[in-house]
Amino acid sequence: MSHNFDEIISAASEWIKSNKKVALATVVSTWGSSPRPVGSQMAINQDLEIIGSVSGGCIEGEVIIEAQNVMNTGTPKLLKFGVSNKEAWDIGLACGGKVEVFIEHIGDGK
Amino acid sequence: MNVEVLDKVLYAKTNRKIIILATELKNGTQVILNDDNKSNKTLSNLKNKANDLIKDHKSGVIEIDNSRWFINISLPPLRLMIVGAVHIAQPLAEIAAKSDFEITIIDPRSTFATNERFPNINIVKDWPAEALKSLKIDSRTAVVTLTHDPKLDDSALQVALNSQAFYIGSLGSQKTHSARIKRLERAGFKNNKIKNIKGPIGIKIGAKSPSEIAISIMAEIISTYRNPKELQL
Repeated sequence: MSHNFDEIISAASEWIKSNKKVALATVVSTWGSSPRPVGSQMAINQDLEIIGSVSGGCIEGEVIIEAQNVMNTGTPKLLKFGVSNKEAWDIGLACGGKVEVFIEHIGDGK
Repeated sequence: MNVEVLDKVLYAKTNRKIIILATELKNGTQVILNDDNKSNKTLSNLKNKANDLIKDHKSGVIEIDNSRWFINISLPPLRLMIVGAVHIAQPLAEIAAKSDFEITIIDPRSTFATNERFPNINIVKDWPAEALKSLKIDSRTAVVTLTHDPKLDDSALQVALNSQAFYIGSLGSQKTHSARIKRLERAGFKNNKIKNIKGPIGIKIGAKSPSEIAISIMAEIISTYRNPKELQL
């Protein structure tokens, strides 16, 4: 694991202290060979600085777009992805999988 | 996640504490399940439903009254304290690091405990008992003694026996181990406690070389933490 949960939460905390908007994405459920296990996290700030990951790269783009909405509105969002066999193959897995990612705003107020 | 919850998660992480955070997946409501100063119906419902996940140390989703909650169980990283910067410590540190353990090598003898022999590994050049005390052995920590020198091994084992270490192992033959048990008994340790020390160390695979012995030790450590006692809330 390149980043453990600790580093992700510490980074989020630092961003909040410097008054940046922050969102946190967490893998909450997986089915089949999803690339990252339940509990994997990624934090994103308004400047699109990112730490951690929720997939091998195949869903990060969409998670980042939604994370920007979440950090602006303060409303959390649950995203569901089916990782296709083709995408799964591209990221080095033999078969596809499903993954649910919860995105929440971090901080008080919006 | 509000700043109060963020700070509590960060505090737990920084201080090697378990934290169990429940998050409602529609509105984002959050409850810390092992925050002892609170008690209400939602909390006890969540605790009951999450009990199986908590027992297995496994994060996952539970359902209560048509709402889904993510139970995030976050345990401190596993640590391995290796007493003795000896030959076997080199492959053991490597294998343990690859198994996501945080490694500390403890050896007061500066000829052995060098960064050349143990690149990128935390080395403490101090007497094992003092070093282990200041490193605060908890239930996510394994202690292995490899020096063969009672002066170093025994004092480390005494600290480990009085700690929450989930694994204690000591290198040496059956004969060496029997002598060690006698010394620990003389030092006042009860037999039911002493038998928590794995000795001769490692699972039986007929290991001979340092790497093979390291693999057999690591296998024993893994089998111990993969079959955990119940997690206390």
